[in-house]
Amino acid sequence: MRRVKISVLSGKGGTGKTTVSVNLAKTFNNSLYVDCDVEEPNGYLFLNPQIEDEKTVEVIIPEINSDKCTLCGECVKACRFGALTKLIKKILVFDHLCHSCGACFEMCPYDAIVEKYKPIGTIRKGKAQSVDFIDGKLNYGEATGVPILKEINKLIENVDKPVIVDSPPGTSCPVIHSIEGSDLCILVTEPTPYGLHDFDLAVQLVKQMGIPMAAVINKAGEGDNIIEEYCEKEGIKVLAKIPFKKEFAEAYSKGKLLIEVNEEVKGIFEKLTIDALELIKK
Amino acid sequence: MKQLAILSGKGGTGKTTVATTLSTIIKNKIMADCDVEAPNLNIVLQGEIIEKQDFYGKETAVIDKDKCIECGLCERLCRFDAISNFEVNPYYCEGCGLCMYKCPVEAIKLVEEKTGHVVYAKTKSGEKVVYAELFPGADGSGKLVTEVRKKAKEVSDDNDEYLIIDGTPGIGCPVLASATGADLVLIVTEPTLSGFADMKRVLSAIESFKVPSVVCVNKWDLNKEVSQQIEKYCEENNIVVVGKIDFDETVVKALKNLQSLSSYPDSTAYQQIYKMWLRIKEILDEGVESK
Repeated sequence: MRRVKISVLSGKGGTGKTTVSVNLAKTFNNSLYVDCDVEEPNGYLFLNPQIEDEKTVEVIIPEINSDKCTLCGECVKACRFGALTKLIKKILVFDHLCHSCGACFEMCPYDAIVEKYKPIGTIRKGKAQSVDFIDGKLNYGEATGVPILKEINKLIENVDKPVIVDSPPGTSCPVIHSIEGSDLCILVTEPTPYGLHDFDLAVQLVKQMGIPMAAVINKAGEGDNIIEEYCEKEGIKVLAKIPFKKEFAEAYSKGKLLIEVNEEVKGIFEKLTIDALELIKK
Repeated sequence: MKQLAILSGKGGTGKTTVATTLSTIIKNKIMADCDVEAPNLNIVLQGEIIEKQDFYGKETAVIDKDKCIECGLCERLCRFDAISNFEVNPYYCEGCGLCMYKCPVEAIKLVEEKTGHVVYAKTKSGEKVVYAELFPGADGSGKLVTEVRKKAKEVSDDNDEYLIIDGTPGIGCPVLASATGADLVLIVTEPTLSGFADMKRVLSAIESFKVPSVVCVNKWDLNKEVSQQIEKYCEENNIVVVGKIDFDETVVKALKNLQSLSSYPDSTAYQQIYKMWLRIKEILDEGVESK
């Protein structure tokens, strides 16, 4: 099958993004699961992949060559992130504030700044039986995982199978980098007022980016209609409803796939893969 | 004013449930919702907005078409792939200014971009709540967290003994901004493999802050085995487990009906959070040694 990119996102954390992503990837069978929640990658706990390759992601940070530096302060002036400070005898670099934009290198009149590589995280590649696996992990204290996401995006560019992207929570920059270029965004939400609030934020983001979207309602119960009413109004198709059961929460807690513990859920995911592809074709 | 930051690593473990319940238990306090991407605290507390400030989170490059000679230098220099065909993609632009510095005809300038609001609200019973709204797709959430905390300090008075900070999920910049300078961090975790893994990650992330941490295991009876592992881990690392909260359907009911758990004072979960607060209060008032 050709590459289709389906991104799973949620606005709010804990709604079931990872649950939907891993079960969807597994249902697709010959697919690629990509965990872009680099702050808290959890997909591996459910898929148990054999890791075949692990590489470090690096960013460029400045290092001052004190032999050439005249302490003119041009670099400090150029840096808009406060990552450089001029002391009496030297220029001090604060790594964790640096955005690796290169302004200091470019603006230094004396060629006194050299580029140094600094690791910020890792990307792992592997296989979980029929599912190919990629995840990214950000090191503690690093400001942004975006460089990792950019690397991951390069890796999945020419894949000839369905790619399921497990996005980070929230609606900010890392989410944009995760879902960019998707054929479909599946928004996972839960039928509570919180769920609706954060779902609405995610809908706005996906709309801004012009990506087709559909919803999956997780932890659904009897008589919870707030998400469906919203979806109807917004013209968003609800692709599946996963019921709220303590037994599912227990399966999740043990790192088990729902499709493997419950026939009903297995059916729900089989239908979900077909409906998702149908939506993409349109 | 003592500051308690509630974190979790993973989303959906019950941070906001704990925060809203604490808000009804603790009298003299201010609440600050630092989950700026998904602020949920005030949805339950239903405070009325007193003040809403614009937040300018970042600068973005703008190209003046009339001046631009289409030399393409800016596109070549930009390390964020934010410029193509002499247009700036505002999502990708980090506002570093390199394109502006280097443009030979001064066709580029940086403009401040409004990326959200800082909101100060008061509930019917006079409780103060500060939260933020970050626009979807905007960046700079760490800075916004700092603004929320600043505002909370600004609106506090001598009667406010505690600042309760509902933090952000994850381990990144906004989390660190939520925890900096707090007197105590309460980590709400759940007994799932992912909950446990994320708890360890957030503990490592804040380790260098020298802020003491305590842990609360929410829905602990969902998986007693993992709960035990969490408790063992905490014991080995000298972290006090201040509370264990049952998997209680009342919590779901309260969430769905937009109520605080204190509307169900007889519920197991409420009782457990109440007892947990007594322990936290003791720790906050006594002060604890950080690791």
